[in-house]
Amino acid sequence: MTADREEIARFEALAEEWWDPMGPMRPLHALNPVRLAWIRALACRHFGRDERQLRPLGGLAALDVGCGGGLLAEPLARLGALVVAIDPAAASIEVARRHAAEVGLAIDYRVATAADLADRGETFDLVCALEVIEHVDEPEALVADLARLTRRGGLLLLSTLNRTLASLLGGILAAEWLLGWLPPGTHDWRRFLRPSELARMLRTHGLQPVALTGVGWDAAHDRFVLVRQPSINYMLAAVRS
Amino acid sequence: MRSTSADVIVLGGGLTGLSLAAALGSAGVEVAVLEQEDWQELLSAPYDGRVTAIARGPQLFLDAIGAWRDMAGAAEPIRDIVVHEAGSPVRVCYEGREIDGKPLGWIVENRAIRRALFERVTRLPTVRLQSRAQVLAIEREATAATVTLAGGERLRGALLAVCEGRLSATRERLGIPARRFPYRQTAIVCTLAHEKPHRGLAIERFFPDGPFALLPMQGHRSSIVWALEQQRAEAVCLLEDAAFLAEVAERFGDHLGEIALEGPRWHYPLVLVMAERYTDHRVVLVGDTARGIHPIAGQGWNLALRDVAALAETLVDRLRLGLDPGDPLALATYESWRRFDSLVLVAVTDGINRLFANEQWWLGLVRNFGLLVVEQLPPLKRLFMRHAMGLLGELPRTMRGEPL
Repeated sequence: MTADREEIARFEALAEEWWDPMGPMRPLHALNPVRLAWIRALACRHFGRDERQLRPLGGLAALDVGCGGGLLAEPLARLGALVVAIDPAAASIEVARRHAAEVGLAIDYRVATAADLADRGETFDLVCALEVIEHVDEPEALVADLARLTRRGGLLLLSTLNRTLASLLGGILAAEWLLGWLPPGTHDWRRFLRPSELARMLRTHGLQPVALTGVGWDAAHDRFVLVRQPSINYMLAAVRS
Repeated sequence: MRSTSADVIVLGGGLTGLSLAAALGSAGVEVAVLEQEDWQELLSAPYDGRVTAIARGPQLFLDAIGAWRDMAGAAEPIRDIVVHEAGSPVRVCYEGREIDGKPLGWIVENRAIRRALFERVTRLPTVRLQSRAQVLAIEREATAATVTLAGGERLRGALLAVCEGRLSATRERLGIPARRFPYRQTAIVCTLAHEKPHRGLAIERFFPDGPFALLPMQGHRSSIVWALEQQRAEAVCLLEDAAFLAEVAERFGDHLGEIALEGPRWHYPLVLVMAERYTDHRVVLVGDTARGIHPIAGQGWNLALRDVAALAETLVDRLRLGLDPGDPLALATYESWRRFDSLVLVAVTDGINRLFANEQWWLGLVRNFGLLVVEQLPPLKRLFMRHAMGLLGELPRTMRGEPL
């Protein structure tokens, strides 16, 4: 069991507010477009799809690990993927199920961990675990599970926070305490992984890192953007060969 | 009871509603257009005698969504524009060759635009056109809006785009306040046939009792848009054709030779309408429904098309990311994108009308000094030209000649 019980309780309290883009999940809603654009670009390049289509991921089996209220799972489904989405917090899954039914999307939501699915031998073309690895006790065990869940030739996408002075100041001090983007105590800086550490874990488990990008805040336009330096938040893509 | 759905429900199948449907449909978005009237009636000749000025930016947009091709044959290029006050030698001449030698804009008859948009939209597989649609109720939930039609159909969409014009019933029904400022002017519109060619010249001439515009149409024809104080306008409308033509000839002289009326005279009371906001839960207001301006600079539909292009880009960009096209973030993007441009044009058209429809002697000096300054300062003039052509501001990519 890699999911921490205290962490689960914290997200359950927030579950009902997942879908209010002006509510407590506002930062995730604001992050979504830039993340989705990156995921779409990489997935389209990797699977040879046309980015301008409305359903470019048509027919791909996708897994969203740590799906919360479904903020990533729903867009993936709208883009055409056949989505399984898991989260250990039952309240989040309940919120996600109701919301998907309301907007008419067929998504297979389950209260489960990556280990549960991997043990059953399920595999996917596209596996996403965004902002998950910094919340688990044993990141390397999670990477091993994600590797098992990714099909040969499939794509794994991760996002997390770097362990730098900038992430301590920007990711925790600013985001949790000054700007109030996240509830204080959401993150523990000591658990953060550097991109090099994460890449090493991926290689150990048969995954080849193929792309890395930083995500930054563009204060002038009040939005998140992709940046070269992965100094605070970053996304990493790997292919299972 | 039948239940159907679409990504976007367009209320109103006029020029603005059809362009939005054409733009979204060309990107594969599921759209349902609900129009009260019958299409055949809307497309028939007597329905709308007006012409519309289409500036360069909006023309690029119409081309990008595949609608320009069908109306290009009916479009007359505006090569030059002359603006001046009656009786004054000071004039501003916008000449196409000062920018790039291409037309500054085009004049197209509304029925040709409507026909072209209709043809375009009927070829798009994801657009459904429903005429004689009577809306009985609109319900809005967290993630969708549902329209109930007479006949029992319930149509559900992530977003309602209201394109019903300045007197929009849906805007009222949804309780979005709109302020009205009557101009106490009536616009008289008609088509003139004339002996000599117009050479693509548009003329805007200001008289103390209201502005008079002469717009080049295909062949030896021009459209007149003549705003007059209400009672004067009524009196002019009652004149016999010959007497009316004499009044017209007195206004713009004899440079076109013999003139004759072609078709009926139309008149429309002028009113500025401004909605308090352009969005509401699961709803956007587009074009004249958001704000309807004075026709003085021929900018009304250009402004509407900038709404359409900005909205289409906002929605298509979100849908291509798999995001909900009607959530509060989408609405906020549209609202903030369109507000500034709108206010500028309301102020410009309203200001020009007030400035020129005033007989204070010193304002006459201000006006002519203003025109003189514009004419003598080419960079300033080019800036005004580019603004009138719809090439300034934060343009949607379709108005920069890129695909949606």
